[in-house]
Amino acid sequence: MENWSLVSICVLFGLTARWAVSLNSYSGAGKPPMFGDYEAQRHWQEVTYNLPVHEWYFNTTDNNLNYWGLDYPPLTAYHSLLCAHVAKLINPDWVELHASRGHESYGHKLFMRATVLVADLLIYIPAVVLYSFYLSEGSNKKKVFLCILLYPGLILIDYGHFQYNSISLGLALWGVVVLGLGWDVLGSLAFVLSLNYKQMELYHSLPFFCYLLGKCFKQGLAGRGLFLLVKIAVTVLVTFALCWLPFLSDPGQILQVVHRLFPVGRGLFEDKVANTWCSLNVLIKIKTILSTDTQLYISLTTTLLAILPSSIKLLMKPTLWQFKLALVNSSLAFFLFSFQVHEKSILLPALPVCLLLNDLPLPAIWFLQASTFSMLPLFLKDGLLVPYVVTSLAFLFFSIYLLSALEHCSEDKLRLGPYRRLLICIVRRYGYLSNCINKDHFYFSITAMAGLSFMSVALAPPAQLPDLFPLLVSVFSYLHFLGLLLYFNIVQIAEPPQSVRKNQKKSN
Amino acid sequence: TQCLFTLVIAPDTETLKLTEQQILFYHSTDFEVHRNWLAITHSLPVSKWYHENTSEWTLDYPPLFAWFEYSLSHVAQHFDKEMLVVQNLLYTSPATILFQRLSVIVTDIVFIYAVKECCRSVREEKGSKDLLGHPFFILAALLLWNFGLLIVDHIHFQYNGFLFGILLLSVARHLQGRHLEGALLFTVLLNLKHIYLYIAPAYGIFLLRSYCFTEDNTDGSVRWSSFSPVRLVALGSIVISVGALSFGPFIAMGQLPQVLSRLFPFKRGLCHAYWAPNVWALYNMVDKALSVLGVRLKLLDVAKLPKASMTGGLVQEFQHSILPSVSPSITLICTLLSIMPAVLSIWCRPRGARGFLRCLVVCALGSFMFGWHVHEKAILMAILPFSILAVESREDAGIFLMLTTTGHYSLFPLLFTAAELPIKVLLMLLFTLYSFTSLKKLFRGSLLNPLETTYLLGLVAVEILCEVVYPLSPWQHTMPFVPLLVTSVYCSLGVCYSFIRLYVSLLRQHGTDKHKQL
Repeated sequence: MENWSLVSICVLFGLTARWAVSLNSYSGAGKPPMFGDYEAQRHWQEVTYNLPVHEWYFNTTDNNLNYWGLDYPPLTAYHSLLCAHVAKLINPDWVELHASRGHESYGHKLFMRATVLVADLLIYIPAVVLYSFYLSEGSNKKKVFLCILLYPGLILIDYGHFQYNSISLGLALWGVVVLGLGWDVLGSLAFVLSLNYKQMELYHSLPFFCYLLGKCFKQGLAGRGLFLLVKIAVTVLVTFALCWLPFLSDPGQILQVVHRLFPVGRGLFEDKVANTWCSLNVLIKIKTILSTDTQLYISLTTTLLAILPSSIKLLMKPTLWQFKLALVNSSLAFFLFSFQVHEKSILLPALPVCLLLNDLPLPAIWFLQASTFSMLPLFLKDGLLVPYVVTSLAFLFFSIYLLSALEHCSEDKLRLGPYRRLLICIVRRYGYLSNCINKDHFYFSITAMAGLSFMSVALAPPAQLPDLFPLLVSVFSYLHFLGLLLYFNIVQIAEPPQSVRKNQKKSN
Repeated sequence: TQCLFTLVIAPDTETLKLTEQQILFYHSTDFEVHRNWLAITHSLPVSKWYHENTSEWTLDYPPLFAWFEYSLSHVAQHFDKEMLVVQNLLYTSPATILFQRLSVIVTDIVFIYAVKECCRSVREEKGSKDLLGHPFFILAALLLWNFGLLIVDHIHFQYNGFLFGILLLSVARHLQGRHLEGALLFTVLLNLKHIYLYIAPAYGIFLLRSYCFTEDNTDGSVRWSSFSPVRLVALGSIVISVGALSFGPFIAMGQLPQVLSRLFPFKRGLCHAYWAPNVWALYNMVDKALSVLGVRLKLLDVAKLPKASMTGGLVQEFQHSILPSVSPSITLICTLLSIMPAVLSIWCRPRGARGFLRCLVVCALGSFMFGWHVHEKAILMAILPFSILAVESREDAGIFLMLTTTGHYSLFPLLFTAAELPIKVLLMLLFTLYSFTSLKKLFRGSLLNPLETTYLLGLVAVEILCEVVYPLSPWQHTMPFVPLLVTSVYCSLGVCYSFIRLYVSLLRQHGTDKHKQL
């Protein structure tokens, strides 16, 4: 069958799954007085439409920042404004100042869901198409494409819970794709846009920076490299300036926006997140022992330490393969160690992991499944149990069958050969790490996830431990993330010279 | 390997179906119908089943289906007992919905098994192709992903997957030469849902001609001396024993007339509230056009015209104003006449199980075209068996594409809420795109002529007009029925055309066979 028809069939399938999920409930549906993320997005439309720009980020009589105040960068605000104009055309009640607070209706839900679908269709899906067909190697491009489209975490958060992650992640993916195709300036432009949509994209910023800097070094800082550096720097600055244009007139405005974007006062973590601090909290009550400042320093140091190796390696060797791995390592390290992380932020590492589906099928699928699982408490709160089960099963089935993931777990396929050779000389007994990723462990972990999901739904927790199941879920996923962070770091650091990899590929 | 691949794509569709079913808040009238039947069979003695009329949706399927509901109800009581109370009209709870949806999915296993069996009996061409290009794979995808079945069963709510599973299994058994099993399955099917009576002529004649007569003359005509009474008795005993099992208790209780009056409610009108795209839709349209024209030209008096709202939404008799009204007996005669040539052709020149299958499709489509009070869903009875023929011959593939695309489009009004619009459009595109590209690749070349292509593209225009432009126009409030009318008239053109082409292909084959023998 021709390529285009298969691609369209895949896209249609992905869209069908998305819309089917979107028929379900959203976060905070029918839960006054605060509702949830859905109301937050609607409220931003109301605020941006009715108030002048300079009041958006300030607490005024018309803008109560304690009720879902705008805490995303300007591009999100502009997007809300655009949506609000469309909403106004359809039904003015949806964005009426004050009066529309907590508005919920069948028509409005349909409208909000449609805005997500449109954004997805315009930004995320084309980027995935381009990535799968231009940047992934080998014969199973279409299969990879379908698997990326069906990643349940993103679908459930965007179309179930309600957020616009497909825009920020899509723009970041555009950055990766364009950089991969060799247009460095456009790539940095796309990434800056993504950063200005959601500040969480900072998790990805270091690899982008190191990759581009490494490329400049490679071309020689004296000649063409310097020119490239200047070009990129100018692009970044101009894009930033354009995005922040309405706020530039007054330094107070800028400070206030920045303050809104990085709410340091909110503590090390909230709810149950599958990261180091929350898991460590089971043993030591860090949140109560340490002061906020100490927490901030500790998390900053550990994060920096965790991302340092992969960044340095990328700086030395700015190839696309290294870049993808560094994106995973950096964003995962941020997720595990940084300050004030949400469970939804796991989508940030999940995006680059999707890009590895073709090269490292088993670890990637494992990670993606664990990431979806780690958000289970959130899904249960939003009433998304059925879509969670169905999309996870569909994803596991498709990815394992299409990418024949379980047949690809020899050391060479897992890119661990060089690491093993390296280690044999140094510490023989640590070699077992490479044996950790195999079929049996995968089956075991999936069964455990299924069991934990079942228990969270069916069993009532003991009275003295009301958070038992969410905690178990996050600690269990945390172990996965930590193990895979190690693994991806090893793969990145121990990568053999380019020529060896190419030969391996040919022999495959 | 074939079985393996079928088994592999089956779960795909199942997961897709599950995804669909997340529409847990949505339930159609058929949903209430089946809930009511669960309640009736569970809480009442057998003698009251066909007398109960608390709900307007009385039990109007044959007894075996009632027993099927009875067995389901025993599982249902573990989900929610309240749904099994007859008086709880329009009762819904999350557990009820979950149970009903799951029951459709679980009984679909029959369908998957049947598809696997059908794929086994598809003729394979020699030569190594990739998996996606194999006829059996295409057939499996066309059947398992069938748009009509997906929306009717899993969004709208019916047990067609289960019923068509039995039908396809019976067809597969005939293709494999296991005729007694095929006959048994079909008899069971008839006792589950009597709409399959429409294709009974094909079964009857085929079994009589090709099974009870063991040999043909050299020119292909029947050799009377080869009649095998044993086979006839075997067939007869199968039919009678299944019939006795199903209707026996009711005959014993003296309720047969009551059961039959429930099964064949001729009090309903010629057309369903939404006209199925058949000949009568065109007939009604011509009548309507003539009356409007007559009023315009002052040839008719408006006051004298019968006041029939064509779209009231209630099933009622529609009075024609100019053309003669149609009675049930006329539709019966038309149906019989339309299927006569096909049935005669398999009597005179049997062409094995494939000839039978073609005749079956003609019967299903003929009764759809001319039947009394046909539902638009009945088109599936022609589309699903026709898929088997479509992957085997080029000409059939062309007709198949015309028939499925128009037939499936005509199912659109089943799902009418705004939230379902994207789902139905996406699923329809998915199926249509797949069927076009895969069949085109299989037969290496275009299957439709420019006129047909234009007609099918016209469906897009109709969709945009009916579901996007018209609701915004001022006529939406004064004449809300126009989109339905346009849809069914436009689709009926395509279905009629496919019917004629199918007939031509059947008779042409008949002609070439004769020619060869001369």
